[in-house]
Amino acid sequence: MEWESIIGLEVHVSLSTKSKLFSGTASEFGAEPNTQANIFDLAIPGTLPVFNNEALKMAVRFGLAIGAEISKRSVFDRKNYFYPDLPKGYQVTQLDFPTVGKGSLSIILEDGTEKIIGITRAHIEENAGKSLHEEFSGQSGIDLNRAGEPLLEIVSEPEINNAKEAVAYLKKLHSIVRYLEISDAIMAQGSMRCDVNVSIRPKGGTKLGTRTEIKNINSFRFVEKAINSEILRQREVIEDGGEIQQETRRYDANKDTTSSMRNKEVANDYRYFPEPDLLPVVIDDEFIAAIHSELPELPDAKKERFTLEFGLSNYDAGVLTSTREMAEYFEKVAKACGDSKLAANWVTGDLLAFLNKNDLEIENSPIQSERLAVLVSRIKDNTISGKIAKTVFETMIEDSATVDEIIERKGLKQVTDSSEIENLVDEVIAKNPDQVQQLKDGKEQVLGFLVGQAMKLSQGKANPGKVNKLLRDKTK
Amino acid sequence: MIEKTAAELSKALSGREISSVELTQAFLDRIRKQNTMLNAYITVCEDSALAQAKAADKRRAEGDSSPLLGIPIAHKDIFCTKEVTTTCGSKMLHNFIAPYNATVVENCINEGAVTLGKTNMDEFAMGSSNETSFYGPVRNPWDINRVPGGSSGGSATAVAADLCAIATGSDTGGSIRQPAAFCGITGFKPSYGRVSRWGMIAFASSLDQAGSLCKSAEDAALMTNVMAGLDKKDSTSIDKPVENYTASLNDSLSGLKIGIPRQHFAEGLSTEIEKGIREALKEYEKLGASITEVDLPNNHLSVSAYYVIAPAEASANLSRYDGVRYGYRCENPMDLEDMYKRSRSEGFGDEVKRRILVGTYALSAGYYDAYYRKAQKIRRLIKNDFIEAFKEVDVIIGPTSPNTAFELGAKSDPISMYLEDIYTIAVNLSGLPGISIPAGLANGLPFGMHIIGKDFDEAKILNIAHQFQLRTNWHLKKPNLEQAN
Repeated sequence: MEWESIIGLEVHVSLSTKSKLFSGTASEFGAEPNTQANIFDLAIPGTLPVFNNEALKMAVRFGLAIGAEISKRSVFDRKNYFYPDLPKGYQVTQLDFPTVGKGSLSIILEDGTEKIIGITRAHIEENAGKSLHEEFSGQSGIDLNRAGEPLLEIVSEPEINNAKEAVAYLKKLHSIVRYLEISDAIMAQGSMRCDVNVSIRPKGGTKLGTRTEIKNINSFRFVEKAINSEILRQREVIEDGGEIQQETRRYDANKDTTSSMRNKEVANDYRYFPEPDLLPVVIDDEFIAAIHSELPELPDAKKERFTLEFGLSNYDAGVLTSTREMAEYFEKVAKACGDSKLAANWVTGDLLAFLNKNDLEIENSPIQSERLAVLVSRIKDNTISGKIAKTVFETMIEDSATVDEIIERKGLKQVTDSSEIENLVDEVIAKNPDQVQQLKDGKEQVLGFLVGQAMKLSQGKANPGKVNKLLRDKTK
Repeated sequence: MIEKTAAELSKALSGREISSVELTQAFLDRIRKQNTMLNAYITVCEDSALAQAKAADKRRAEGDSSPLLGIPIAHKDIFCTKEVTTTCGSKMLHNFIAPYNATVVENCINEGAVTLGKTNMDEFAMGSSNETSFYGPVRNPWDINRVPGGSSGGSATAVAADLCAIATGSDTGGSIRQPAAFCGITGFKPSYGRVSRWGMIAFASSLDQAGSLCKSAEDAALMTNVMAGLDKKDSTSIDKPVENYTASLNDSLSGLKIGIPRQHFAEGLSTEIEKGIREALKEYEKLGASITEVDLPNNHLSVSAYYVIAPAEASANLSRYDGVRYGYRCENPMDLEDMYKRSRSEGFGDEVKRRILVGTYALSAGYYDAYYRKAQKIRRLIKNDFIEAFKEVDVIIGPTSPNTAFELGAKSDPISMYLEDIYTIAVNLSGLPGISIPAGLANGLPFGMHIIGKDFDEAKILNIAHQFQLRTNWHLKKPNLEQAN
């Protein structure tokens, strides 16, 4: 039987506010345990929450970026459960009246077509602390640095049909929140986390199958693998005549399998009710308009502009706008060298290949945009050939000298002096009498060979156009 | 001297008739003598009180004439204080010393008031008799076999028995006004949001409001001047200028329209109290006020709605007492769940457990709509009743409580205890200001007159209360403690 899978994602991003959601404590990653928790974060009796307006602005920013309905009135609720890393015994979240309502984003499928994925809602909530089970034998440590950090939970519609789409959706979200500068969204550090809901049904079916939830996956790659592994597991269960249990599962990357979590939440009733310590958050059109006016150019708009303004292919424009930093890098190179296509080739080609190989982000590239722009300019003004440029590029990675210094020092400047080229051409003609004869007899393809010989003789430095012309003239 | 109102003491201090140190010492002597029997204080702060008194005398010598400078007061043990334990009347917090002062406490310190100690209360403010305290019941100074009311019973007894000049209290369903009525003193609950809740340990966040228990309405006005104001640390505190509550105490009441709610003079009200209140109302007519009946048709639903909303909020507010970070932790827990269960079972008393259970139930899946949501609807109806009534009248006056103080142990059935707050609860559900002032004695026990104002009409009801006290002596009546002993 053919199966189709239905996937929905719940993504938590940590909002990069200066202080926590309801207290003035700073919240930076990697601080000593419990050094970033004040009396409110510790749930000392008598303390009260004060809502951080920055978190609201960031949520609205996100909502506007995905074309979502923005609630004029959102309400915080208490979600009640006991756990040592939840000091108050309840988490403050938004249940019925989230700040961000229905919206959507588009992803590009492998075949190049676009798919719109609906976003059900995005709500603001506080993070819990961290339980440290490993370091203390027989006991658990509690680190409350993270407790009360602002999160935006973004819930997708169950409109994702396979693991690749899920990853494309995640990457798009990642890109958007980073464009908006509302989160670092670093999965490895937990500032972006993903819970995946997966179910399968016979292809073409209309009824949703029972779903399982895979919690807290911390990389794009694992999201893909976890989904594929879970789909496979569900198929096997069903095909063996079994039934899928609605449950929470955990993905084990080493074994590449999901397993049922000891389900402490099975019978959990969170007893949500409106948080009486906070007033409903009320905003007006002016507030929303002010945020709207400050929105940066977003990936989709930038991509379109890149195709129109720079004449790039859809694909190249997509790659170059996948992160804000990459887009900025490219634009600087393109503008400085005046040849956007050549700039695009270099950024998506040699530079990206190098960065990927070395697991570097473009913002950490050893070659700054200004230097790459000079390199591209030297190709454009015929100082060096494209081939020589690759050598220069390699050198630039290690060497902080300017592009021109490197070309000069290594003697890589293209030979354009006519007499020098004439000497080269004469030498090639003298050494290859047979081929010259063939060319004279009208065998055009031999010209390429002769040009190649001349280039080789010049160690690639000769201007190929000039070599070509001279060879033709001298073999008439 | 210690029997005087704070306003009188303030005059005596500024006239150099007495120093704050002398006054403080007098109160401390009185506490030492009477507290063992009355059990009004959980903690007495002798040394720091005298040090504060000394500092107050110095400030006064330097020309500071803040009204409550050097006046010895007490704080209900629900307000967090840095120096001594804040127990909230519970074993759960028997060892808890807050790392900060409540805003109310801080405001009093800045004014220069002297903190004599922390007063006894029903556990987590849950109770109407002060019998649920882990530290034992408080005695009513008018009859030590009777309760002082609750939950601010310690504060009420302390003021009534001259163990302090003024005491702070908190009022979630009547916890300032009812004990004030039972103890023959003035108890004032400002509008919700007028006084910061920062540092006041939460029982039911949408209802809790800090206020004061005093010897006169004038003292309540002085104290409210100190306590009230916007606090950025409490999101529900109101951004509205604080009036000078003493400035309007002597405004004329001519033309004042007083509403008498039919439902507050109905079945259940003791005849002596009804008679006394109607008698008291005549004083206002003499001052040119008119009296009309008003309707609060949903008042009978207030106790039921309250006992859903308050426990629901409490069930979450009290989740933080888990034995993990502070407070009581059971001996030798086997594992996490054992620690939670036993710490909470052993740390909380019966009434607190009862309300956590009720609140948890009311919020449970499948019951939420029937209980919590419905109670919130009723709450809106009750508030609307007041809005309607206040279209006709300026204030609403009735009895504070249907009966005078009952005997210790007399109300073993929680429902009959809850009904003691039948007139006060609706005021909390509506967020309105209310004051109870002594209006007479029934069989030798005091009862209170309850004046309810519009939202943020604190100045008006203090004015109305003060005018009554200028013309009557009920607030000056004192229990005979020697006889009580």
